[in-house]
Amino acid sequence: MMITVTRREFLKVSAAVGGGLAIEFCFPVISAAAGKDAAATEVNAWVVIHTDDRVVVRIARSEMGQGTYTALAQLVAEELDCDWAKVSAEFASPNEHIRRKRIWGSMSTGGSTGVRSSQDYVRKAGASARALLIEAAAMQWKVSAAECSVEKGVITHAATRRKLRYGQVAAAASKLPPPKEVMLRNPRDWKIAGKSMHRLDIPDKVRGKPVFGVDVALPGMLHAAIAQCPVFGGKVRSVDASRAGKMRGVKKIVQEDSFVAVIADSWWRATEALKKLNVEWDPGAYGKASNETVATLLRDGLDDQNLPKAYQQGDVNAALASVAKVIEADYHSPYLNHATMEPQTCTAWFKPDGFLEVWTSTQDGEASMKAAAETAGLPLEKVEVHKMMLGGGFGRRGGPQDFVRQGVTIAKAMPGVPVKMMWSRAEDMQHGYYRPASMVRMKAGLDTQGNLIALHSSVACPSILTVLMPQMLRNGIDFSAVRSLSDMPYTIPHQQVDYAMRNGHVPVGFWRAPGQQNAFYRECFIDELAAVAGKDPVEFRLAMLKPGDKNRMVLEAAAKAAGWGSSLPPGIHRGIALADGFGSYAAMVAEVTVNRQGELKVPRIVLAIDSGYVVNPDTCRAQAESNVVFGLGSMLYQENNVKEGRIVESNFHDFRLPSLSEMPIVEVVLASTGGFWGGHGEPGILPLAPAVCNAIFAATGKRIRSLPLKHHDLRRT
Amino acid sequence: MLKLTVNGRSYAIDVEAEMPLLWVLRDHLNLLGTKYGCGISLCGACTVHLDGEAVRSCSLPVSAAVGKKIVTIEGLSKTSPHRIQEAWIEHEVPQCGYCQPGMIMSAAALLAKKPQPTDADIEDAMTNLCRCGTYARVKKAIHAAAAPSTTTARKS
Ligand code: FES
Ligand code: FES
Repeated sequence: MMITVTRREFLKVSAAVGGGLAIEFCFPVISAAAGKDAAATEVNAWVVIHTDDRVVVRIARSEMGQGTYTALAQLVAEELDCDWAKVSAEFASPNEHIRRKRIWGSMSTGGSTGVRSSQDYVRKAGASARALLIEAAAMQWKVSAAECSVEKGVITHAATRRKLRYGQVAAAASKLPPPKEVMLRNPRDWKIAGKSMHRLDIPDKVRGKPVFGVDVALPGMLHAAIAQCPVFGGKVRSVDASRAGKMRGVKKIVQEDSFVAVIADSWWRATEALKKLNVEWDPGAYGKASNETVATLLRDGLDDQNLPKAYQQGDVNAALASVAKVIEADYHSPYLNHATMEPQTCTAWFKPDGFLEVWTSTQDGEASMKAAAETAGLPLEKVEVHKMMLGGGFGRRGGPQDFVRQGVTIAKAMPGVPVKMMWSRAEDMQHGYYRPASMVRMKAGLDTQGNLIALHSSVACPSILTVLMPQMLRNGIDFSAVRSLSDMPYTIPHQQVDYAMRNGHVPVGFWRAPGQQNAFYRECFIDELAAVAGKDPVEFRLAMLKPGDKNRMVLEAAAKAAGWGSSLPPGIHRGIALADGFGSYAAMVAEVTVNRQGELKVPRIVLAIDSGYVVNPDTCRAQAESNVVFGLGSMLYQENNVKEGRIVESNFHDFRLPSLSEMPIVEVVLASTGGFWGGHGEPGILPLAPAVCNAIFAATGKRIRSLPLKHHDLRRT
Repeated sequence: MLKLTVNGRSYAIDVEAEMPLLWVLRDHLNLLGTKYGCGISLCGACTVHLDGEAVRSCSLPVSAAVGKKIVTIEGLSKTSPHRIQEAWIEHEVPQCGYCQPGMIMSAAALLAKKPQPTDADIEDAMTNLCRCGTYARVKKAIHAAAAPSTTTARKS
């Protein structure tokens, strides 16, 4: 049977639990008959219209809190000219995506590209559907489409005062050939896009509806807990399941190469049994790896005299030999886990009809489907992935589909039975794809007037692309490891960036704004140079930014909004930083206090960001707040240390998140200049650490050249 | 058999006395709104009300909940949504939303005790962790939900 997946349905079933009391529960199912929903018509792949005028917009990207689900619906609805109050959204089916020749474009959600790289085709889809609906009405009236107008999903033929609603013509419209060309609306005329519409996913989330990957519940479903070899690259040597196998609710013990799992009738029972499994691990080649081996690896990289060049301009060596002053500094930062609040999870069900269904929190539905099909040994057409809402993503759930492979492997041990696998917090903390630990050496030359003439940076950093996208490496250069240094906004006559690819055994991955450590290094070092040159940090930067450069504009906007240069109450100090990336331009001013005990507070942050167009201003502000808190946590507290080949941290006591009481006031200047499509999920984090550290310098005279801050003594000496 | 009262309904359930309430709710009663975040009382994603008090259900053996009134996010309001949930929607508090049921339950318990909380009250009571950084809006929404006209202590 070919399963048609045109929309998800929620079936209500009753199940007897405990003392025979009936409780109701809901579970998402794919209904073979769902496509026959008489009340709904697919006008095109993106737009489904019900006879009562409800519009469902299909969304191919994932929703992890960044608001893309709503922003893309706004863009479609804008061009469709429908009534926003009647709009909802649903995820496009990866299976159908493959069968329909990748009709929804990319499903990958990362790099702050959700809106940027799909805005064009989703807007065209909305405009195309609008044209079809008008055409259908015009045909019914036997008039020309040009004589018809639309407002909020109602088509009007003014001359005869006739009206038809979208819901009345959707079925006819769906049978017409799509227009060859459509005109897109000028953003100046937007009515739905560009406005702070309420996010479509929020009402369910505040009601506690089961929308996340971990919330999947299917009849007869079992639960799996997993333990992976604590040393990366290690294996299971032996398992003694004699005690665990007899524990209550335990159905099966699964032993694989690098992990063991227990399947039971509740996750807690599976976890309890897992603790009683006697597992002996073979640590493999990296059982002795530690922070020290990582540091040595990176330092050796910096000392290598024959590094490939990621960027070169002028003659940095000659310039440095002749300048008035040379300043040099080394910076470094640790591995960092994503620590999504929802741990990694995957539910898989090998169905009796040979079909595999998977439910997961993924940043890339298509990648999940491929991983599932490969693992199961099934063709893609026999696999469906249900994209659930993500309890945080930050890059963890895109490229590495480890959790899907595991979930499918585990469920394969129990064919016919849906099995939901969820990682414990400790597993999640210790089996990430970490932000790479890195080390950078920067050497700068100032002329007699204190102008920056030459900058030589060497970057030693594991390569994420080598792990996740080797096809994107160029001449041994991983651009994600050198960005912010290799693509400086500043006019510096002589520049060189060397890259030492030093890959340790710790898996690395895209962590919110990959390569952002370089923004920290660069912007702190620029601040050092400004101080040496005796110049104001804003003036020093502005002198190196061309008129009309958007970097310059956001820097000025942030400085102005923060009152840069104005006097501050005693004890408060400012720092500034500038960084572009992920489609946008961002500048930030941080205000800090450091008391006698060396305790830091960050009461106020001002962020100016230019993303060109803004689809939902409120969501953009929320992302700014999010980036500030995410950045603060990593800057103040977080690190993942390596000892005996494994990650030391296991939960939020040793990987601390900022709390509500530490939240600064975040003022956001949406300095949008239009004309391009930027992003908001990541750029805001780029200037955070350097702005705060530069403010700490202003407060204490101390330079922070490594993170996290908890290792630094901020007391004035 | 353990007898539980959850969201005003009675359940008799045959589970280990030491099973944390969180897993009874999620895996045995299919009340999936309450979340697992850390399992050791650090994050508050699992917050529910036990006789009106906010408790972290990941670390509460189910036996300790017997005979008490348990309220989860699903039962916060009979007439959905609760004004706190309304304030949460109005101020667009959630990002990913995963920590939010816990946040809302903590906020509801706070408002029941202190209908007019100050910033400091909120900072003291709201120790739930949010990886997405929704804190500023949590604070704003709690103030919004604490309408000045409210004199009666709000019960869940
Ligand atoms: S799951 Fe209970 S406090 Fe984190
Ligand atoms: S909203 Fe994502 S963890 Fe709080």
